[in-house]
Amino acid sequence: MTGPAARTAAHQVAEQVARDSYGRLVAFLAARTGDIAGAEDALAEAFAAALTQWPAQGVPGNPDGWLLTVARRRQGDARRRRQTRRAGEAHLSLIAQELEATAATSEAIPDRRLALMFACAHPEIEAGLRAPLILQTLLGFTAADIAAAFLAPPATMGQRLVRAKARIKAQHIPFRLPEPEELPDRIAAVLEAVYASYTKGWAESGDTEPSPLAGEALWLGRLLVAQLPDEPEAKGVLALMLYSESRRPARRDPAGRYVPLDAQDTRQWDQGQIAMAGALLRQASASGPSGRYQIEAAIQSAHISRLLLGEANWPDIVALYDHLFRHVPSPVVALNRAVARAHLEGPATALTEIEALAVDPRMADYQPYWAARGHLCAATGRQTEAAVALGLALGLTADPAVRAYLQRRLDGLGPDAAS
Amino acid sequence: MRYLLMLYADEKAGSAIPADQMKGFMGQMFAYREALKKADAFIDTAPLMLTTDACTLRVEDGETRVQDGPYAETREQFGGYYIIEAPDMDAARKWAARCPAATWGAIEIRQVREMPAA
Repeated sequence: MTGPAARTAAHQVAEQVARDSYGRLVAFLAARTGDIAGAEDALAEAFAAALTQWPAQGVPGNPDGWLLTVARRRQGDARRRRQTRRAGEAHLSLIAQELEATAATSEAIPDRRLALMFACAHPEIEAGLRAPLILQTLLGFTAADIAAAFLAPPATMGQRLVRAKARIKAQHIPFRLPEPEELPDRIAAVLEAVYASYTKGWAESGDTEPSPLAGEALWLGRLLVAQLPDEPEAKGVLALMLYSESRRPARRDPAGRYVPLDAQDTRQWDQGQIAMAGALLRQASASGPSGRYQIEAAIQSAHISRLLLGEANWPDIVALYDHLFRHVPSPVVALNRAVARAHLEGPATALTEIEALAVDPRMADYQPYWAARGHLCAATGRQTEAAVALGLALGLTADPAVRAYLQRRLDGLGPDAAS
Repeated sequence: MRYLLMLYADEKAGSAIPADQMKGFMGQMFAYREALKKADAFIDTAPLMLTTDACTLRVEDGETRVQDGPYAETREQFGGYYIIEAPDMDAARKWAARCPAATWGAIEIRQVREMPAA
């Protein structure tokens, strides 16, 4: 195969490999040298080399191993250039031999992802940067993705991440699992990153197809539970993700239209994942006080009770959100609490609460805020305001199915809404 | 930073869209503009008339030459733009992804080169 078709195939394989193993390769390379930025550069060069060589020479049997060998060689070259200012020509034949050898084996690359995550979560790194750093290094998030996940302005995020990587290198921060007594200080950022990655994958997938990013987050969650069996919040975050994942098939109707949670067909929820999540949550809460993710998982569990009782357990949900707000007093939690409260106390009280949140400038382009506000305005008969809020929600979504759903909602508003 | 979002779409397919469906699309574009405004990201926008009414002019050796039609014949035509304020390219891409026109055409994102004040 030559020409454009081969190029496309090589591109697709490289992209596939990049998606599947980027985090694993970065973690492995960085753990050897302590230099995250250097590992990223070397890997970027290896991917570039793959794109020029694979179309001509064919895709190697072990693409991961090939990329790793080239990237390690680049790391070595960079070191030698720094030391002697000349790269040895003799290495070229060595590279070829090494590549052939690597391509022939399919030796598993040791997984150092947890070690990388905990290096990023080290106390030497500014607290607010730890989770963003994990997201960027391990999962390839851009500064804007990170800013969106953490409701922070993206402008300076990129530079701060560069400085944080330099700090890990300069301070020789170790790439290893923390000792038990170090864990409480470090686990939070790791869990936050895993969950942010899951929610981004969830929002991005757009349909009922499993999202690669959400899959990666679930995998990391299972890894954390396996490696840190005494950490209840690791179980909490995995339970939370599994509850969300169980509802994936119900997010779209057979015609591909978006279905909001309240209207989902519970028969489409994945019982196996729900059972697994429930077991994890029980184990987690048996071993100590509840943390943020256990509370959020418990909220999901109370939603799931619709499966048995025909209705979500709204009193429990509201009580749990009150509890969660004490742990995490964020506008997003306040928003969700108000929406839940609307089911108990009616839309008017909830709407007053939600309107008060608008003073937070981060709500201006937060799509769920305007969607919730629009639905509650419509429920209280304030059609004109509902139209404005639902319009903003429509303008802020990048998901065509959600856009179409909001369009139907707008079209269904009363006649005075257009005025 | 300012970014120019150049909206490309197939004009012929666009002209064939029934009026009521077009009204829906226009409503979505209006909602998108309102969202940009609410977030203080909006600077300017305009839809363009069809390329069949366009002409292309250049001056060569002091001679003005005008041709009918757009600068280049393409499958999708430049049909409108937004100018937005965004902190960086990633943020601009996020806004472009929210633009309904991205579902029926393509959006080219270009950073505006900031010139020092004269």
